[in-house]
Amino acid sequence: MDKIIRGTVWVFGHNIDTDLMYPGSAFQLPIEEQARLVFSGIRPGWVDQIGRGDILVAGRNFGTGSARPGAMLLKYIGLAAVVADSIGGTFFRNSVNYGFPAIQCAGVSEAFQDGDVAEIDLHKFEVRNVTRSRTLRAIRLPQQIMEILEAEGIVPLLRKEGYLS
Amino acid sequence: MAMTMTEKVLASHARVPEVKPGDIVTCALDWIVHIDVVFTADWFAIPNRIARPERHVAIMDHMVPAQTIRDAEAHVEFREFIRRFGIPHVFDIGNHGISHQVLAEQGFALPGQMLVCEDSHTCGAGAFNCAGRGLGALGMTYAVCKGESWFQVGETIRYELQGELSPAVDGKDVFLYIAGTYGEDVNSNIEFEGPGIAGLSIANRQCIATMCANLGAEFVLFPFDERLEHYLRERAVEKYNPVESDPDAEYAKIRIVDLRSIVPYIALPDSIPNNCRPVAEIAGLEINQAFIGSCANGRLEDLAVAAGILEGKRVSEGVRLIITPASQEVYGAALRAGYIQRLVDAGAVITASTCGACYGGHSGLLARGERCVSSSTRNFKGRMGSPDSEVLVASPATVAASSITGKITDPRRYQ
Repeated sequence: MDKIIRGTVWVFGHNIDTDLMYPGSAFQLPIEEQARLVFSGIRPGWVDQIGRGDILVAGRNFGTGSARPGAMLLKYIGLAAVVADSIGGTFFRNSVNYGFPAIQCAGVSEAFQDGDVAEIDLHKFEVRNVTRSRTLRAIRLPQQIMEILEAEGIVPLLRKEGYLS
Repeated sequence: MAMTMTEKVLASHARVPEVKPGDIVTCALDWIVHIDVVFTADWFAIPNRIARPERHVAIMDHMVPAQTIRDAEAHVEFREFIRRFGIPHVFDIGNHGISHQVLAEQGFALPGQMLVCEDSHTCGAGAFNCAGRGLGALGMTYAVCKGESWFQVGETIRYELQGELSPAVDGKDVFLYIAGTYGEDVNSNIEFEGPGIAGLSIANRQCIATMCANLGAEFVLFPFDERLEHYLRERAVEKYNPVESDPDAEYAKIRIVDLRSIVPYIALPDSIPNNCRPVAEIAGLEINQAFIGSCANGRLEDLAVAAGILEGKRVSEGVRLIITPASQEVYGAALRAGYIQRLVDAGAVITASTCGACYGGHSGLLARGERCVSSSTRNFKGRMGSPDSEVLVASPATVAASSITGKITDPRRYQ
């Protein structure tokens, strides 16, 4: 994981839940077909528009709801990170465990529009709107969490310790 | 330092004298609970060795009975996992239920303890003064390997409950009132205290604690009291040590709720925080389906309320009333009490105990353009089926009353 993440932004609203990322009807499908359904209920066709390394910006209570691994699918479809005004703890835990950065930054959803370029700085924990020359302060992640993210998630760490094959 | 209930549980399990908001702590876990869905969806990485197998519980709940060949095969994998590691506490099909309810009935959700599961509604254990947390499947993998997990210590919001509930109003209405009035409190712990708690049944406390998942709560805790002690007397699998908050504990906010002032509430479609109204304000909205079940409201007293309202009446033509008892224990008790008979006579469909319809998996999905009033946990867009269907969340009384008229109906009309 890079500590400077730069990408084109897609802006979503408040209370974006994990059912929208990962509908219950997708649980039994192969992962390629699951990926087709990400946000299909609110933005049909969106997964075809995004580019590798794009960044999701969202409002309050992002990732609310079920513990289903929405973060896994967001990473799988090629997004580099999510930055939101606030992020639910269950989504956050999944995102850390899958090695997908999820950063809380109050006011971020107001500071970006679709197509702006964002730069997330995980040294300083700042989020810059490169397009509009504006910088916001994000909530710093504890070192313990950063170590899991930098290892690309919990699976490589548990493999190294011999817990997983 | 003075601590809240949540802080005390986290500190004791992290084996440190105190914790405060902003800390990150690693806690030893009392119970690690496995469910079937992680095997069906292939989210869970099966480890080579696990910590403390004697503290593991395995429960079939999401895909019960198997709806597809894949479910059946996942159940086989789950049973192999159970056998391989010698997991002692197993609730397989026939002896099953929604995990959170089984944990309560079987006395695993215990005061002062910590319990984890994949599922986000594990916070419902808070009704038992037990810090429960959904970790997601990979978080579970870590917990299974190590017997511990990290937690970030959030600030605590305290709800002070006063007075008693009015007739036809229950814990779901209390929660919807709170969610509608105060909105979400992401990354915070929620604790309930005050004289109003004594009058709340255990089922109502379970409903409220479960529903707080919608507010982004980390942990949700109710205090230990006489009613809880009585519930646990015949059930607790071991001795326990309740926690209580220190009188001078610090809270981010204290909010006072007068239970007497609460009326039947309903959450409008798509999200719950700041999206709830008194049922009376939207009465008359037509429905296609009514659902009573889930870890929020599929318990014996929920079925009793529904049977009481529907006795001698018929479900409206064009409406499906689907009822899912939360566990085999609830199902059996509802049969013996005659509730199931009354519900079936009124035209209800009774399903196996499962999470099925609530998560949009099976046993009661919605078509495009359909609307459901549901006593379940969530109203997200597409939650119970088509992304172009609608779910409104309310109490079992409101759902039962609405199923008779075919329209959203204030249950006080049937008192």
